Amino acid sequence: MKLTEEQINRYSRHILLKEVGGKGQQKLMNGRVLIIGAGGLGSPIALYLAAAGVGTIGIADADQVDLSNLQRQVIHSTPDVGRAKVISAKEKMLAINPELNVVTYETWVNADNILSMVADYDFVIDGTDNFAAKFLINDACVLAGKPYSHGGILQFDGQTFTVAPGQSPCYRCIFPEPPPKDVIPTCSRAGVIGVLPGVIGTLQATEAIKFLLGTGDLLHGRLLTYNALRMRFREVPIKKSPKCPICGDNPTITEVKDEVDAMTVCDLGH
Amino acid sequence: MNLTVNGKSASIAEETPVSITYLLEALKVEQREYVTVELNGDIMDRGDFDGATVKDGDNVEFLYFMGGGR
Repeated sequence: MKLTEEQINRYSRHILLKEVGGKGQQKLMNGRVLIIGAGGLGSPIALYLAAAGVGTIGIADADQVDLSNLQRQVIHSTPDVGRAKVISAKEKMLAINPELNVVTYETWVNADNILSMVADYDFVIDGTDNFAAKFLINDACVLAGKPYSHGGILQFDGQTFTVAPGQSPCYRCIFPEPPPKDVIPTCSRAGVIGVLPGVIGTLQATEAIKFLLGTGDLLHGRLLTYNALRMRFREVPIKKSPKCPICGDNPTITEVKDEVDAMTVCDLGH
Repeated sequence: MNLTVNGKSASIAEETPVSITYLLEALKVEQREYVTVELNGDIMDRGDFDGATVKDGDNVEFLYFMGGGR
């Protein structure tokens, strides 16, 4: 496949980079990335992956745009209030880059649908807002051997790292089990500064792009934390845990299941 | 004793080694029932919090759940 004149123009700033070049741009165009969550984290991820020319982008979310989302979910606009987030997101992505194949999943991920969804992609990005989904995504990606980027935000703090299943630590190596429901504050209860998901989501998109290019160092075994108030990034080295319940020496989790105890009313579709 | 806690210098009055449970109380760590504790690069089992000892010069990381994204 040869880049067209228009593609060479569109992606010229990528092609100039020796780490990308024409070959790298073609890798991006052949790349397939699944974004789970079309909200705060999902917005910059979807916009930047679309702009970068990632050829097939899946986006999953059952929610509709709410006025209170617009303070941070920059892919959605005021006229989108009440519309499905995945449809709103797809329109903006195609407006940036009409060449893309954007696949929408207007559903919450659950144990019944997640494995077939991740199977179609090279890389998965967690942009969800609850522990049930975060643990489910980890488990599905580890069991399917699918590399993925974890992201979490709250108030002024964010964290992200990237999992190479079986090779680098997974989410359960750090947090073996989800916390009981409602003991950890959520953004909807505790608030979040609007620019925060822009920072963390853009880092996650960067990881996906580097993964597809096969260049640079991914956040394997390194939990990157960010505090917007103190304007400080830190990197915490993380080891793969032999006692990890899913990727350790004697795993107790061998299939995906819904973490019902960690679900919130919102996850159950209410 | 002097410790490095999440990258910053911290000290507690005790000079002899203390348990992680004691340290969580002494430093008034938030979410102490759920926080993950890394001691000198190793993530500690919650079941070992009473036994594992923290000594002068140790590097401690508290890793918090962050469930937001939307």
